Amino acid sequence: MREFIKARKNFKAGAIIAGILLFMALLSLFWTPYDPEKMDAASKLAGVSLAHPMGCDNFGRDILSRVMTGLRTTVVIAVGTVGIGAFFGSIIGSLTGYFGGTFDEIVMRVNDVLLAFPAVLLALVMVSLLGGGKYNVILALGIAFVPSFARMVRGEVMRCKDLDYVKNARLQGARDLRVIFVHILPNVMPVILSSVLIGFNNAVLAEAGMSYLGIGVQPPDASLGRMLSEAQGYLYGAPWYALFPGLILVLLILGVSLMGNE
Amino acid sequence: MNLTYVLKKLISLLFTLLLTAFLVFLAFSVIPGDPVTTMLGTQATPEKVAALREELGLDRPFLVRFVSWLGTFVDGTFGNSYSYHVTVRSMLAGKLPITLTMTVMAFLMILAISIPLGIYLARNSGGRTDRIMTVVNQTIMAFPPFFSGILLTLLFGLVLHLFTPGGYVSYTRSIPGFLGYLILPAVAIALPKAAMATNYLKASVLKEMKMDYVRTAYSRGNTTKGVLYGHVLRNAIIPVITFLGMTFTDMIAGSIIIEQVFSIPGIGRLLISSIANRDYPVVEAIVVLLAFFVIVTNFAIDIIYRLVDPRIRSAQEE
Repeated sequence: MREFIKARKNFKAGAIIAGILLFMALLSLFWTPYDPEKMDAASKLAGVSLAHPMGCDNFGRDILSRVMTGLRTTVVIAVGTVGIGAFFGSIIGSLTGYFGGTFDEIVMRVNDVLLAFPAVLLALVMVSLLGGGKYNVILALGIAFVPSFARMVRGEVMRCKDLDYVKNARLQGARDLRVIFVHILPNVMPVILSSVLIGFNNAVLAEAGMSYLGIGVQPPDASLGRMLSEAQGYLYGAPWYALFPGLILVLLILGVSLMGNE
Repeated sequence: MNLTYVLKKLISLLFTLLLTAFLVFLAFSVIPGDPVTTMLGTQATPEKVAALREELGLDRPFLVRFVSWLGTFVDGTFGNSYSYHVTVRSMLAGKLPITLTMTVMAFLMILAISIPLGIYLARNSGGRTDRIMTVVNQTIMAFPPFFSGILLTLLFGLVLHLFTPGGYVSYTRSIPGFLGYLILPAVAIALPKAAMATNYLKASVLKEMKMDYVRTAYSRGNTTKGVLYGHVLRNAIIPVITFLGMTFTDMIAGSIIIEQVFSIPGIGRLLISSIANRDYPVVEAIVVLLAFFVIVTNFAIDIIYRLVDPRIRSAQEE
């Protein structure tokens, strides 16, 4: 019971942190304190103040406004990535897990090979082939995330497919596809959902890393990762330039991982 | 260990390596955009384009190109760079030891932190230190390595003046200087992984401590220390080995980014600059070599696993 209460507390704290950040990201669609692209020579590398709570960057752009739009890009990419990964991973995993046989053998062999690549590496290769930009990053990371979801769902479906309720559904004459998607998959959902939260964080990390390397999101889309790489040149004179985007990234990951602990 | 089992595994390993190479080669063959156009520009005459295609061997059929490309892995040249007209091997030569040293250093740090700390926290589970460390661990795990790298640079380089940012020292000039420079990047890579490994080991020890054999060991008059080090640890370490294996491969990818943070001229930087230059043979070779490395590591873990745990050995060999 104590464990349970602690887990609920963690979940609440995580949900509050993630909720605030999500709100900031959504808000940036309608309003930011300043135009995130507007340069102002007078406030170049200005420090933290009431007018600019997170200071200004090397072009005098308001960092808070840029963090808000960058956060939005990050969230959009992470959601898109996990969405693609979970959707196709679930389909591939449930079909191979349910039917088994040669089909399963072949698909899983290719799957294992893809799993051998670290996701970031796979995504880097794909972006180097497709070119950068928001949508290509979603596509590349999404594809890179499919194998791990497929493996996980396959294991769960294999565990469920000989349980009584599935046999029962089959005896009542349900077709294979109906058994998979109507009877088995809903029962696998909790496991998929907890992987979705972990996957979300991995996607945030991967996107930030790629954008940091300059092969991810391209201007004019703001990105927390690219802000960090730009800020590195001004680390001594304007440490806040690197600190705030980085801390927001940390909070986002922390919030979501606290939620996933439950 | 059963020899036929190892042999069977080896054959499957070879097959996986071949399939990996094929998938990578296929991916790079269907790229929109011709490397020749990139190299010569769009204004080149058709004769020049044809000549270069022939020189690079791009006019040959797909499978022939694949086989000859595989050949470059057998003779160890790994193909030729488009941009620099040298073998990929000569470009990799000085860089592999750098990335490998950094990864191994980070790995040793993970072991040095997580094993004692995980055991300590399991022994004092529920105490004040344990509760504080749970929060600390959770926070550390949320730090992306490249951000902690930037923070470490800020703290040790610009505040404490113990470290020169960007002052990479080559191992050919000074080994202590080289290792000294790699400490901070290795810490940045190791921190989140060490936090995860600590949690993992702690949970695993706590789970094992509830087993019947532990009660039996106690009833025979063993001390807590005796039970922990004589019986529990041997079993608790098994899931951690799997985790560490996965970590090792993850760290290779992580080092690509960290090399950029600390301006270390390793494999990662070569990969990134080759992607930027569209120098595909170099990218292909690095990707395949990294994947090979990951696959062979997994194979090794599988074997180690079996040596440590006789139960897996008998269960899967039947």
